[in-house]
Amino acid sequence: MEKILYLAHTQQDGTLPKVALETLSAAIQITKDLSGSTMMVGLIGQNIQPAADAIAASGASKILGVSGADFAQSRYGSDVKAAEAIANAAGATLIIAPATSRFSRALPGVAFRLKAVIDTHISGIQTTGGTLQIQRWYYRQRMIATLSRTARPWMLLVDSGVFPVWQGAKGTAKVEAVSVALSEKEQRTRVTGVEAPSADAQTIRPDAALLFVAGAGWTKKQPDGQTHSKEAETLILGLLHKAKASLGSSKSLVDQGAEGEAVLSFISHLNQVGQTGATPRHPKGLATCCHGEEPHVVGWRFINERRAVNLDANCGWAQGKADVLYVADAFQVMKKVNELLDKS
Amino acid sequence: MTTAFNIVVCGSLVPDPLQTLEPIQGPTGPALKNEMMLPSVLDPWAGHALFEAANLAKHHPGTKVYLVSLGPKAKLQQLMMTIAQKVPFEFVCLDGPASGFLDSREVAKALASAIEKIPGLDKTKLLVFGGYSSASRDAGTTMQMIAEQLGISDVFLGADELKVQPDGSFRIMERIEGGQYQISSCAGAPIVIGWATGNLPEPPNNPQVGMANMRTIMPALQKAQPAALKTDGIQYASVQLPQQQRQTKIVKDTPVEEIAKEIVAWIRS
Ligand SMILES: Cc1cc2nc3c(=O)[nH]c(=O)nc-3n(C[C@H](O)[C@H](O)[C@H](O)COP(=O)(O)OP(=O)(O)OC[C@H]3O[C@@H](n4cnc5c(N)ncnc54)[C@H](O)[C@@H]3O)c2cc1C
Repeated sequence: MEKILYLAHTQQDGTLPKVALETLSAAIQITKDLSGSTMMVGLIGQNIQPAADAIAASGASKILGVSGADFAQSRYGSDVKAAEAIANAAGATLIIAPATSRFSRALPGVAFRLKAVIDTHISGIQTTGGTLQIQRWYYRQRMIATLSRTARPWMLLVDSGVFPVWQGAKGTAKVEAVSVALSEKEQRTRVTGVEAPSADAQTIRPDAALLFVAGAGWTKKQPDGQTHSKEAETLILGLLHKAKASLGSSKSLVDQGAEGEAVLSFISHLNQVGQTGATPRHPKGLATCCHGEEPHVVGWRFINERRAVNLDANCGWAQGKADVLYVADAFQVMKKVNELLDKS
Repeated sequence: MTTAFNIVVCGSLVPDPLQTLEPIQGPTGPALKNEMMLPSVLDPWAGHALFEAANLAKHHPGTKVYLVSLGPKAKLQQLMMTIAQKVPFEFVCLDGPASGFLDSREVAKALASAIEKIPGLDKTKLLVFGGYSSASRDAGTTMQMIAEQLGISDVFLGADELKVQPDGSFRIMERIEGGQYQISSCAGAPIVIGWATGNLPEPPNNPQVGMANMRTIMPALQKAQPAALKTDGIQYASVQLPQQQRQTKIVKDTPVEEIAKEIVAWIRS
């Protein structure tokens, strides 16, 4: 029997982010599975009423909220204070929240203040014999653990893409305001803006159907003894545009940029996939001129269908890391792929 | 105006990513097979934090950089052979496990109390750096808990840039959703930052820096205190390697045309 608090924050437009609605599904499921449990909702943001109305049918016994201009933006000092106040008002034993950048930064601090335990990057939740168990990865997607904790409160930060988006009718929700006053010390930081990457190619777009990964081979000497970086740029940008794919990269290719070598102008570290980069969740991934070494491929853990084009029949992709490996010259293959995509 | 900072970087070792890892059941919970024998590297994001700290120190004369590491003493000693040549720092060593299966709260407690004990540390000039998350536990929770213990209320996570402004304030770029950056302005020290990759290349080895660092590294290793960490907070039901092996179909000696057709059909399917 748990007192469950589902905690979320609004976005700039007052709505809840997708991962928050996914996490609400998780919270409702847990409340059902652990019999006798109740669920409360806690919301943080500038104006939280629209978000509260949107989830009015979630079955929450109470909706607590901290709102106002001080809580519009993602700032550690104010976010920790707001979440702490809601958690205290709720007296929750389980706190379930989405792993947004804002909460990933703030909630570990809240856990410390509440003398709570916390787990992040949760990729699965189940109840076995009345015990709540979570799944999360260790050593950067290299092993997966199932674990539980007896200490309470227990905070759970749930990753995106794990639960279905909650759907329910809008209503008129009553929000119980929790008042929070900020000290001067908690306002030393001001958010001054948001910067988008300058070009489409400079970041991994999570909404694309295809992740196109470029490796260092694109800038290496080719069989004719020359490098062909310009041609590589044209082929890659062509594919991204025509297939509406998102661009990922290996570390080697990214590092060449940092070291000032002649490289693909649009690649930045935001494209890097792998152990020290991103772990994207696209349904399909196509790797080209990338060797498929373990530190890179751990970043592919959540990519369902994987294909690779490489000159080397013994590259990493051949060792059970891709569904299909085409042993061929990526320059020739991608040129043809672009032509075919153009035709239809 | 230039300010001299006291920068404390928290970072330890993780298994070399090229090693194959295998989980086993140890006396106090899950562990890695042959953990003590596995070659290790400085935790990558913490490494970037160290390079950022050194770069800041270069531009702000009088700045001191400390590296606080919790890990098995013998392995930290090995790690120092490579790290010491990179950038100047003073080493603070905590002898204990570097396992990803530990609770971050225990790790944060040990690190925060080690920071508190650094002689002559000026908390008004304090910047505590660490990685966005570790490559072992990958939780991204330790730095915030250190901040709470040190009473620091400005914390940034996934930062790629810190610029000291002419008025002494900081401009910080943090990674947020959708490949975007949030830009914040903070009045100044003290702050805590969990760094992502930043924008600096790994510094080349410099034997002179290595020699200078060794003067503090050896004594730090010698007087390293064992860190008492509780291991009973988490009940692990299982730790497994993912079933990731696929039946790779290898397409060889096939005309480019055919390969391209197949790829296009697959993209569209
Ligand atoms: C601590 C640490 C962390 C790391 N983290 C990451 C990480 O997060 N992400 C990551 O990617 N790596 C990471 N690495 C590096 C990783 O081990 C590899 O070095 C890197 O992934 C190699 O990149 P690559 O495959 O692009 O380059 P290379 O190894 O240089 O491979 C280039 C490939 O291109 C192929 N090629 C060349 N020309 C053609 C052509 N015309 N057509 C088809 N194929 C061609 C070659 O056959 C070769 O396989 C990490 C390493 C360490 C030590």
